[in-house]
Amino acid sequence: MTAPGSAGKIEVRGLRFYYGTFEALRGVDLAIPDRSVTAIIGPSGCGKSTLLRVFNRIYALYPGQRAHGTVLMDGTDILDDAVDVTRLRARVGMVFQKPTPFPMSIYDNIAFGMRLYERLGRADMDERVESALRKAGLWAEVKDKLRQSGLSLSGGQQQRLCIARAIAVRPEVILLDEPASALDPVSASHIENLVCELRRDYCIVIVTHNLQQAARTSDYTAFMFLGELVEFGHTDLVFTRPRDPRTQQYVTGRFG
Amino acid sequence: MRPRPRLPSRPPLRLTMRRARNAVAIALASAATAIALAFLAAVLWALVARGAAALDLDVFLRSTPPPGAAGGLANALTGSLLLTAAAILAAAPLGILAGTYLAEIGPASPLARSARFVNDLLLSAPSIVVGLFVYQAMVVPAGHFSGWAGAAALAVIALPIIVHTTENTLGLVPDTLREAAAALGAPRWKAVVAVTWRAASQGILTGVLLAVARISGETAPLLFTALNNQFWSANLNRPLANLPVVIFQFAMSPYDDWRDLAWAGALLITAAVLALNILARLAAGRRREAP
Repeated sequence: MTAPGSAGKIEVRGLRFYYGTFEALRGVDLAIPDRSVTAIIGPSGCGKSTLLRVFNRIYALYPGQRAHGTVLMDGTDILDDAVDVTRLRARVGMVFQKPTPFPMSIYDNIAFGMRLYERLGRADMDERVESALRKAGLWAEVKDKLRQSGLSLSGGQQQRLCIARAIAVRPEVILLDEPASALDPVSASHIENLVCELRRDYCIVIVTHNLQQAARTSDYTAFMFLGELVEFGHTDLVFTRPRDPRTQQYVTGRFG
Repeated sequence: MRPRPRLPSRPPLRLTMRRARNAVAIALASAATAIALAFLAAVLWALVARGAAALDLDVFLRSTPPPGAAGGLANALTGSLLLTAAAILAAAPLGILAGTYLAEIGPASPLARSARFVNDLLLSAPSIVVGLFVYQAMVVPAGHFSGWAGAAALAVIALPIIVHTTENTLGLVPDTLREAAAALGAPRWKAVVAVTWRAASQGILTGVLLAVARISGETAPLLFTALNNQFWSANLNRPLANLPVVIFQFAMSPYDDWRDLAWAGALLITAAVLALNILARLAAGRRREAP
């Protein structure tokens, strides 16, 4: 399914995914537009996180997990064996449900990804770290303690640190896997505002089981059910005039 | 206000019985702990009283004497430090890399399965067997006992401890941290070195310290390898004095001054092992303080 009037940054064609012999994605077709927020919603176990984890091939860390089909990013099939997964992941940032600060200073957390692929001087590095922290709305809170451990921050701050870390390497796509579900309401709304601000510059895909969050933050919404993509379109249409009765039932809270 | 339900004036029989059984169980467990601690305290008391009496500056400055002459343990202390240092310098890198392989690279591979099995065997192998193995492998071909052979035997004992703790500590690092490093485009080796090792560093260090504590008191493997030396020497190519073997030899002797030195040596080893254990606990505990 294609969102009306937009070119796809990521085009998924006939994607099937297996955990061992279990088929978690049963032929997904989807075109995700650039410079916008796409939410993936659906009940637990529908395959929404699985789909997200295909876009940076993070599943490949685990033997026994396989993806079949085509996933084009700017026209290149990222499932092709010839694709360098580390380069791919440098282009596609990811933020997880639980904050995952590295056991190093706040500064080094941000600089870690940049040091992998870029040779930056001291001043350039400082500048990039500051700009990433500013974009993530964390600069004011940490500017005086950049040398402190990233683990010393609160949960909400840690999650914004992880977002800053992902932004710092200047990715094209940012994948968010239920980024606010482990946080308190204030921190969660912080993250939502952040997502809305970042939409101008990146292709953002967010998996969430919070329907209000999907409605508030996203431009497009994909509804998945039992490993299939049921419906995809503009968020307001999916929520107010869904075409499929299953979508209708889910967004009105009748199951899931 | 709601009227409070009145408690029965006497607790029911079942409750009384349960309390009695509880009291008996606690009393038995406490008694068992007290008995165990009493023996430990008696051993430590004898060690501290007799060891401290024999401890003076000469112990650190002079080498082991012939019977009836004045002397100390300087040669044995030097030898033990050299042997332990050489053994750990060999075992720590090897053990950490092997433990990393078991936890990170191929945890389910046939190589890892067999390595893990052999490592567990080695962990509980009698140390005298290790001594005999190194005797056959190094002392017999060389034609003489040597410090290097002693260090090799101690390294073989330290290795499985370090492999085991490294693997277990790395296993405690959450997968999400590995995924987070990979998601930034870090190649595997970089993720292991910069993130996983760092997250597990306290545990790995603890394992190394415990291995040092373990080998610093080993006697059996040194009897067949480093043997002993009556004179001060830092030459690992020759037989080398060391505390455990000196204690073993002096404690069995009929000479009072030798037995006094054995007590002093035993106290020194115990104090060193205690210090290492405290250090290991501090290292392991420091992580938890971070909020």
